[in-house]
Amino acid sequence: MRKVARLSRFNVASLALGLAFLYLPILILVIYSFNASRLVTVWGGWSLRWYHEFFNDRAMIEAAWMSLRVAVSSATIATLLGTLAAVALSRGERFRGRTLFSGMLYAPLVMPEVITGLSLLLLFVALNAERGFWTVTIAHTTLTMCFVAVVVQSRLGSLDRSLEEAAMDLGCDPVRAFVAVTLPLIAPAIVAGWMLAFTLSLDDLVIASFTTGPGSATLPIRIYSEVRLGVKPEINAICTLVIALIAVVIVIASLASKLSSSQGKSAAPL
Amino acid sequence: MTDELPRTDAAANAGGDAYPAAGQPLLCIEGVAKAFGAFRAVDGVSLEIKAGEFFALLGPSGCGKTTLLRMLAGFEAPDEGRILLGGKDIAQALPHERPINMMFQNYALFPHLSVRDNIAFGLKRAGMARAEIATRVAEMVALVKLEGLEKRKPDQLSGGQRQRVALARALARRPQLLLLDEPLAALDKKLRESTQGELMELQRRLGMTFIIVTHDQEEAMTMASRIGVMKSGKLAQVASPRELYEAPRSRWIAEFVGDVNLFDGESKLRDGHRLVIGTRDAGSLVVAEPREPVGAGRLAVAIRPEKVKLSRRGPVSEAGHETAINRLDGVIADICYLGGTTTYKVKLDTGGMVQASVANSARLDVDAYSLNQHVVAWFTPDDCVVLQS
Repeated sequence: MRKVARLSRFNVASLALGLAFLYLPILILVIYSFNASRLVTVWGGWSLRWYHEFFNDRAMIEAAWMSLRVAVSSATIATLLGTLAAVALSRGERFRGRTLFSGMLYAPLVMPEVITGLSLLLLFVALNAERGFWTVTIAHTTLTMCFVAVVVQSRLGSLDRSLEEAAMDLGCDPVRAFVAVTLPLIAPAIVAGWMLAFTLSLDDLVIASFTTGPGSATLPIRIYSEVRLGVKPEINAICTLVIALIAVVIVIASLASKLSSSQGKSAAPL
Repeated sequence: MTDELPRTDAAANAGGDAYPAAGQPLLCIEGVAKAFGAFRAVDGVSLEIKAGEFFALLGPSGCGKTTLLRMLAGFEAPDEGRILLGGKDIAQALPHERPINMMFQNYALFPHLSVRDNIAFGLKRAGMARAEIATRVAEMVALVKLEGLEKRKPDQLSGGQRQRVALARALARRPQLLLLDEPLAALDKKLRESTQGELMELQRRLGMTFIIVTHDQEEAMTMASRIGVMKSGKLAQVASPRELYEAPRSRWIAEFVGDVNLFDGESKLRDGHRLVIGTRDAGSLVVAEPREPVGAGRLAVAIRPEKVKLSRRGPVSEAGHETAINRLDGVIADICYLGGTTTYKVKLDTGGMVQASVANSARLDVDAYSLNQHVVAWFTPDDCVVLQS
């Protein structure tokens, strides 16, 4: 008994330490975003002044809007392409060059972002593409597609192949079998992949700064350039809003997955 | 309910082909072969299945029985040969184009769908009207006795219930042919035995054609009207359960199906309808002449354990028939009590071993033999099978 108690106290302590390590800086940032003082490190009482400032800062709002648009569109394209790649890799016949293809797909996972960014920049320059929203979106799609593919492929791998066969046996052609059976079963992984891609795109600085053009800075680029001139408490307010946005997305996603998994149970008689 | 069971209606998905009457050939497999790389999983199998038959493909794992079944379902395309269903070659048809349904070994129930939607899945694909689907599903649910569970998801069902859903789903489209891939392997012994009976009863009532794949020879013997034994991609023998057991065509089949005593030897002389075979371990054995003449060379005499009788003194020889009975003297070396029967291993004075299975027809053990007791094991020539080895 005593042993269990001691162990659990140790667990509680390590959990608290770990959470503090992860979230204390964020907590301080959130608290200081409500600081009335002009100086970042000096507490001057509670105030919503910096939020007000941010909503009146056109350049910052534009950057945030840009980031959001890039994140949504690149995450959507990456989810589409990444899912297709995962399906091709785990479901397709053993086509020639499959190993090479999967290796190439996963390379961006470990590739330094600077290299990805630089090579994309060179490509866009060579193609004479006007840099802006679309170049950043394409670059972020390149970055996040492999993450989606990894998440979806692991789900596909754990799925019983005979489910699709059963669907075909019961009258589905291969495409309909995929849509009717496989897609609903890998949907949670696809959603998770999309959210991963969304957050990766939202907080990317390196690749975006390589591939963006004048007048279309994303939020991280904007924040970074502001910080170089000195940290304004306004930055804290923006970051708090971003954190809130991400928290809301995660809570919604987990609620949705909980709801879908409890659906079957509530239908059963007690 | 019992009288209004669904008949096999080929029109549901066979494109108007007439369903052959019971006993007429339904499925013709002609020289079908399938290789995976250098490994020939199915190697030239030809087989005819009649309408209304309960056919079992029996064999050890890796013998190609599942590959053959998957070719019938359309999940593998044969490299060679034809598969004719009602006279039409379906070898290259896709699974959804065949009026055949399959029950999968792990059931492959759709986890995101309820019992009702699982059963209705194939009907919706066939474009059946909503009201008709509801009627058919209710019919199927009643057929497999799942009333009250229609709204459950597969993970809220027991193994036996899941098996029933899988069966109902496969039967719902009323296929011309139902394939069952090890349908009972995941159930425990008691449930398996009762389900065997239910499957047979269902098959009889529906008048459907079933092909079952199993590695369990007892299961095949119990359920099937005909059994095809497969070995290394080839059909070793196709026969009724009784013929398979009593007249196995090879030494391998005799050993694979049930227990058997085998004595290697050579043919010595012919005496009317009897052959005398000199064996290494059991001296000379008199056997009935086999229907197919055996050549010279090495032979084996096979005798099933339950056909070996034991007695303390040996059978009373009828006048003139002394040679018509094989007598082997020995001592009891091992006793294995199995409830209904007891298996004795008798060490023969001539060196070999013979197994005898004796029914425990009395509750008290007055008839039982004890270890190291001298006994005579005997059997008639008609109970022996001569095999080429």
